[in-house]
Amino acid sequence: MLLDLLEIFLTAGFWAATIRIACPLILGTIGELICERAGVLNLGIEGIMTAGAMSGWMWVYLGGDLWTGLMFAAIIGATFGLLHSIFTVHLGLSQHVTGIGITMLASALSFFIFRMMLPESTTPPKITAFQPVNIPGLSDMPFLGEAIFSHTPMTYMIFAIVPLVIYVLYKTPVGLALRMAGENPMALEAQGMNVLSIRTGAVMVGSAFMAVGGAYLTMSAFDAFFFGMINGRGWICVALVIFASWRPGKALLGALLFAGLDAMQVRAQQFAGNFIPYQFFLMTPYVLSIAAMVVMARQARYPKALLSPFRKGERT
Amino acid sequence: MTALKIKGVTKTFGSLIANDNISLTLQQGEVLALLGENGAGKTTLMNILFGHYVADQGDIEVFGNQLPPGATDAAIQAGVGMVHQHFTLADNLSVLENIILGTEPLTSWRSDTARARVKLNALAEEFGLAIEPDKLVGDISVGERQRVEIMKVLYRDAKILILDEPTAVLTPQEVDRLFDTLRSMVSRGLSIIFISHKLHEILNISDRVCVLRRGQMVGEIATRDADRDKLALMMVGHEVTRPLVEHLPPGPPVIELDNIVLAGSRGHKPLLDGVSLKIRECEIIGLAGVAGNGQSSLAELLSGLKTPSSGQLRLAGDVVKQYSPRGFIHAGVGRIPEDRHVHGVIGDMMVWENLISENLREKPLWNFSSLINFTACRAFASRLIEQFDVRCKTMEMPSKQLSGGNMQKLILARTLQNNPRFILANQPVRGLDEGAIAAVHERLLAAKRRGAGILLISEDLDELFALADRIVVIYHGHVSQPIAVSDITAQDIGIMMAGDLAHGEKFLQAGVS
Repeated sequence: MLLDLLEIFLTAGFWAATIRIACPLILGTIGELICERAGVLNLGIEGIMTAGAMSGWMWVYLGGDLWTGLMFAAIIGATFGLLHSIFTVHLGLSQHVTGIGITMLASALSFFIFRMMLPESTTPPKITAFQPVNIPGLSDMPFLGEAIFSHTPMTYMIFAIVPLVIYVLYKTPVGLALRMAGENPMALEAQGMNVLSIRTGAVMVGSAFMAVGGAYLTMSAFDAFFFGMINGRGWICVALVIFASWRPGKALLGALLFAGLDAMQVRAQQFAGNFIPYQFFLMTPYVLSIAAMVVMARQARYPKALLSPFRKGERT
Repeated sequence: MTALKIKGVTKTFGSLIANDNISLTLQQGEVLALLGENGAGKTTLMNILFGHYVADQGDIEVFGNQLPPGATDAAIQAGVGMVHQHFTLADNLSVLENIILGTEPLTSWRSDTARARVKLNALAEEFGLAIEPDKLVGDISVGERQRVEIMKVLYRDAKILILDEPTAVLTPQEVDRLFDTLRSMVSRGLSIIFISHKLHEILNISDRVCVLRRGQMVGEIATRDADRDKLALMMVGHEVTRPLVEHLPPGPPVIELDNIVLAGSRGHKPLLDGVSLKIRECEIIGLAGVAGNGQSSLAELLSGLKTPSSGQLRLAGDVVKQYSPRGFIHAGVGRIPEDRHVHGVIGDMMVWENLISENLREKPLWNFSSLINFTACRAFASRLIEQFDVRCKTMEMPSKQLSGGNMQKLILARTLQNNPRFILANQPVRGLDEGAIAAVHERLLAAKRRGAGILLISEDLDELFALADRIVVIYHGHVSQPIAVSDITAQDIGIMMAGDLAHGEKFLQAGVS
């Protein structure tokens, strides 16, 4: 049995699945991380991912091109981000309550529009999604070719986004301003900068990332939209941000780790499903990620101004 | 040359007039001190100048150009820099990152840290401000943080520097160093506005003093024509009689700490590390130290809020086994907490409710051990209000509407009416005006004459030297030997506050324990 488990690691299919499962989580986690680094918790993520999945898919279904579909999903995500920041950044309302409200609004609206546009369909209609690209030389390599070099362009784009976000966050003035907005907004104000617009911008960009993460599901991993598609992935991203101690590099690792556990449990069901109930396997990635979080979160350096609204000119 | 002109600035917060038609000018190369008690409107005025607040009326001109209201970026552009009383730094970012924030366009694709380092080194050389750019702000001392704040302002080529109570968190040596820096800035043509309520510092550093009282500009005087008494009179508006301190022969100990250790959170140093201290009847022990060296932990321990990890605490000779606030009150401990709004009173509850809160469950306030006897409570409360001169409209008003001084009197009334044997007074006069300070000090001295032992925790050395019989210094959770105030100077206490606790040993008199 232990050998069976080890054997899983030796199949290229396992590694390919891990990368596939990780992609929406990576974008969602990076998006949430950007919001939280600026001091705003965005619990709208679950709904924003749903809206992204629906809108990107719908764009292509109505005749749009795949890449502009991603742009459209990003714009929809940023719009919900703007809504979230109007309530939390400008009006200073509870970030928890607003976020959950955004999730409910965005999910319900997505399902509603989907039904409105396609009232007749019983089986989810399909689009032509992103297809795996064949990279000459690399894709033909044994094992690695199948595990790493047989993915869609969108997958590679997501892996390229992470170092880009790290660079922007740590090496550019706008990244510094964003991090300061989450640590001590008064410092921004004292240096003549506008806290509200920096936070708003961060929440919009972060939400755009989330929406594209959702769109990965309907435009790259699968080719259809159906209800309950996001299935808690947004909440996993919120947890992964804590797991990552608000660091984008660790967020990538965390998403891959969770995805690996998920890919493994599916395969483990096949050989142990006879004597262990399958629900147990479904549970394992969540249980293990809770355990990992307990270990990691202890040394987490959370953004000091997370959850606290900033109001200019208020007496302290 | 006139660097700055403030003309007729008025600012109100609700019904409070924080600034009432204030005008002042600042010449280039001048240190102007803005003197006033807490709540006089000094910080509000500077926040308007720097663009944090928008004034209701009035104009501000910097080097002849009018500043747009409420725009910090415009103020910085015009050459105004502000070192805030509460530092605007982020602990998790490096010193360099804190300084270059906001100095580069947000659209730029790269932070030019190499160029920033060159400029920082040049500034550090010019003004004698040593900083380490790559350290995290969370890892450097308070004095260094202030240097970073000043560097932030210099880095942006400020011509006018506003320093809001810059010495509040510094040891006397660090204050001297700051003043040297300020003098070198002035000699290079910068102008400085120095906000303080400490008279000797103002006399030391400034060229001219403007005095604010209750939001109004009440006077202006050249520093060479001023002295301590004159400034104090201008600031307070009337003569203040300082309470008389008499040294009494101390009695038996009321509280004894024996090698108390209070562990820190996981992976951190202990908050209190082997503290031994004895406080006797009829004496006031002053606890000096830079903020954040364990004062709060010691106060929490002595209030019964924290249990030590090891060591022994004896109250009136009995070893404490159960650490609980109620147990401590019963054993004769009276507490004046550090933050009266958070731990002193329940702001939304009425004055009389706050007054009875330490004597709950005592007759005659309770009938049948469960029902409040309102008549008795009101009688109890009105007796205290009269006796301690708590000025409130009615005893039914919410406590948060009391002024700071009256809120502190409420706490004193509640605490002292139980005749505590030991009183923990943690920053008892912070943020109060001179009249209220005198009242609080008089109450504490009266308690001492009655026989109480008092631990006075304060960041203000003047207060400690005025009131205490002996002083101990706390540094990183270690507490020094007590030294009689007559045997030591503030400078020596300053050396101990900076970490050299052993420095105090040569001031110990033989035979005094």
